[in-house]
Amino acid sequence: MKKAKAWLKNAMWSIRNRLTAISNQIDAYLSRHRLQFIVRWPQWLKAIFYLLPALTLLGIFTFYPIINSFMISFMSGYNIQTNEFDGYTFLGNYITVLRHVNFKQAVLNTGIIVFISVPITILIGLMIAVALNAIKPLRGFYQSIFFLPYVTNTIAIGLVFAYIFSGNSTTIQNPAGLGLANQIISWFGGQPIAWVAKGATYWSAMSVILLYSVWNGLAFKIIVFLAGIQGIDKQYYQAAQIDGASKAKAFSRITVPLISPMIFYILITSVIGSFKTYSSVVAIIGVEGQIPTGATGSINLKTIVFYIYDYIGRAGQNDMMSYAAAASIILFGIILVFTVAQLQVGKRRVHY
Amino acid sequence: MEIRLEQLTKVFTDKTGKETRAVDDLSITIPSGKLVGLLGPSGCGKSTTLYMIAGLLKPSGGKIYFGTDDVTRLAPEKRGIGLVFQNYALYPHMTVRQNILFPLENLDIKRDDAMVLVEDMARLVNIYDQLDKKPSQLSGGQQQRVAIARALVKKPRVLLLDEPLSNLDARLRLQTREEIKRIQRETGITTIFVTHDQEEAMSISDQMVVLDYGVKQQMDAPQTMYNRPDNLFVAKFLGNPPINILDGNVVNGSVVIGDHVVGKTNATDNAYTIGIRPEDFRYDPYGFVVHPEDIEHIGRDTLIKFAFGGTSVRALIDSDSVLQNGTIRLSVKAGKVHLFDKATGSVVL
Repeated sequence: MKKAKAWLKNAMWSIRNRLTAISNQIDAYLSRHRLQFIVRWPQWLKAIFYLLPALTLLGIFTFYPIINSFMISFMSGYNIQTNEFDGYTFLGNYITVLRHVNFKQAVLNTGIIVFISVPITILIGLMIAVALNAIKPLRGFYQSIFFLPYVTNTIAIGLVFAYIFSGNSTTIQNPAGLGLANQIISWFGGQPIAWVAKGATYWSAMSVILLYSVWNGLAFKIIVFLAGIQGIDKQYYQAAQIDGASKAKAFSRITVPLISPMIFYILITSVIGSFKTYSSVVAIIGVEGQIPTGATGSINLKTIVFYIYDYIGRAGQNDMMSYAAAASIILFGIILVFTVAQLQVGKRRVHY
Repeated sequence: MEIRLEQLTKVFTDKTGKETRAVDDLSITIPSGKLVGLLGPSGCGKSTTLYMIAGLLKPSGGKIYFGTDDVTRLAPEKRGIGLVFQNYALYPHMTVRQNILFPLENLDIKRDDAMVLVEDMARLVNIYDQLDKKPSQLSGGQQQRVAIARALVKKPRVLLLDEPLSNLDARLRLQTREEIKRIQRETGITTIFVTHDQEEAMSISDQMVVLDYGVKQQMDAPQTMYNRPDNLFVAKFLGNPPINILDGNVVNGSVVIGDHVVGKTNATDNAYTIGIRPEDFRYDPYGFVVHPEDIEHIGRDTLIKFAFGGTSVRALIDSDSVLQNGTIRLSVKAGKVHLFDKATGSVVL
């Protein structure tokens, strides 16, 4: 047995040596004839082999759907159930979507959420992170509290928000009557507001969505900013103190530039995330995405993703999937433009 | 600006309630316009003292005066000090120019005037051509000079340097310590620096303060302190190779180690701890005979090691000294025998 093992080891060793010798010979031959690139082939193969699992998953769930959406967005008369279509149209679906009044409203709604909630969240997140960094007792406790929204289900939080802002009177459907927000308003002698119920205004409903977005987005940002702030050498602050800088100046001239990579990362990811807002609107406003105002009118609070889902829901009808696909590509384009723009600005403003 | 520390004390209390007296009842006066080194082994309280003078640490007791002003309770930015940190603490996201400008931004100075001050300061420390670089693009020595420029630009009353040379390589260290001395001379600013390196302290200080366990051991000019240490700690701390410590007696005005008389003294007859610096031995054809166990030729001098009065002793002698049959005759230079009290370690005259 031992002998066999030794023999096998020997044999393998000699095969290896032989192979190495052959490959060296090939190598020498190829390099003599300036053909080394062929030798690099196995290296490439190796890399691709290692990347295969990730590439497979990305291919199935990311690249294929993107390419497919792109294709579908140019089809006319496409029906997902029959998988048949009449032919291709150049920009027909895009023009239809862009002209659609609901799409314009969706872009406006999404834009408001992005441009109001993201800056506010970042500012508040920074302030809370600085405050958390400054306190010593119970820091862990406060950190946990601020991190809770991050690990809580979006829909659950949304429903809590819907309850807080519910009702402007006690009704049979809502015997509990006023939500917490309206109760507080009543205590101070104000008139209850129909935040998201019938009779709501656009801005009352939007402000609830914005408040939700800000609060929900805070957790992760605080953690990232806090980690950044704690990574700053305390000596910079001592130096700044000796240089006569006020606390506010130390914050704006030292803390902010030194955590600018984190701020930048948060800015990009939260702008992208906010452009994709969907579940918060569902949770607060409901699956209709709009609040009826009278017999026919309604306030439309759908976001772009909401608009896309609307069409996917009707994908059994011809062309609907193509509209959804076109809207997705437009959203993709918008996000791309904003991200590239931010990266350009970041090159000048971020200190790594 | 004269700096006076009066019974300055700093006590740190750790989580278990254990107290450490980092600085203990320290009273020193630092004369105006001088370069003073705080010297001591790690953990002797020298940096703590510096940070208390800077105002970044609150003293547990005692007072700090700048001239006649009591600054003990004053915030650092109001004391008029410039501090150079051990690792420089240059703001990494700002250029050299912005770094030096930063202290002026917080003062009521016109931007154009401030720019002129920045450039003057950059010229003083020889970094004028580096003004628009980031600190990370500079060498250690250049960063050091930027830190000094930043500390000096607002014309402080006192310049404080925390281990200014410890982050530099040997060659740069020599160059930088001359630079520090030059800058101090040119500006005439009262400067205190902290170091654990005796050579560094001795080479540039006008006055040196040696600390151990937060207690002042001696304050003197470097050469005085070397020649006349106040106690055993200072004697041992200064000098390389270190001073030889032996047990000996004084008998009728003669200092006796083993069987040999090494010098004369006025001290009363008693047993003493005796310190003799290696370089204070000399070749003497009429001296006592020693048998070197080990001989190292280091250029001009020769380091020999021998047993003397039951202790291993090192002596630095002239390389030309005659060695016969493996022995040499030595004596100790007059007045170079240091006597210390056996119990307290303080010097006996």
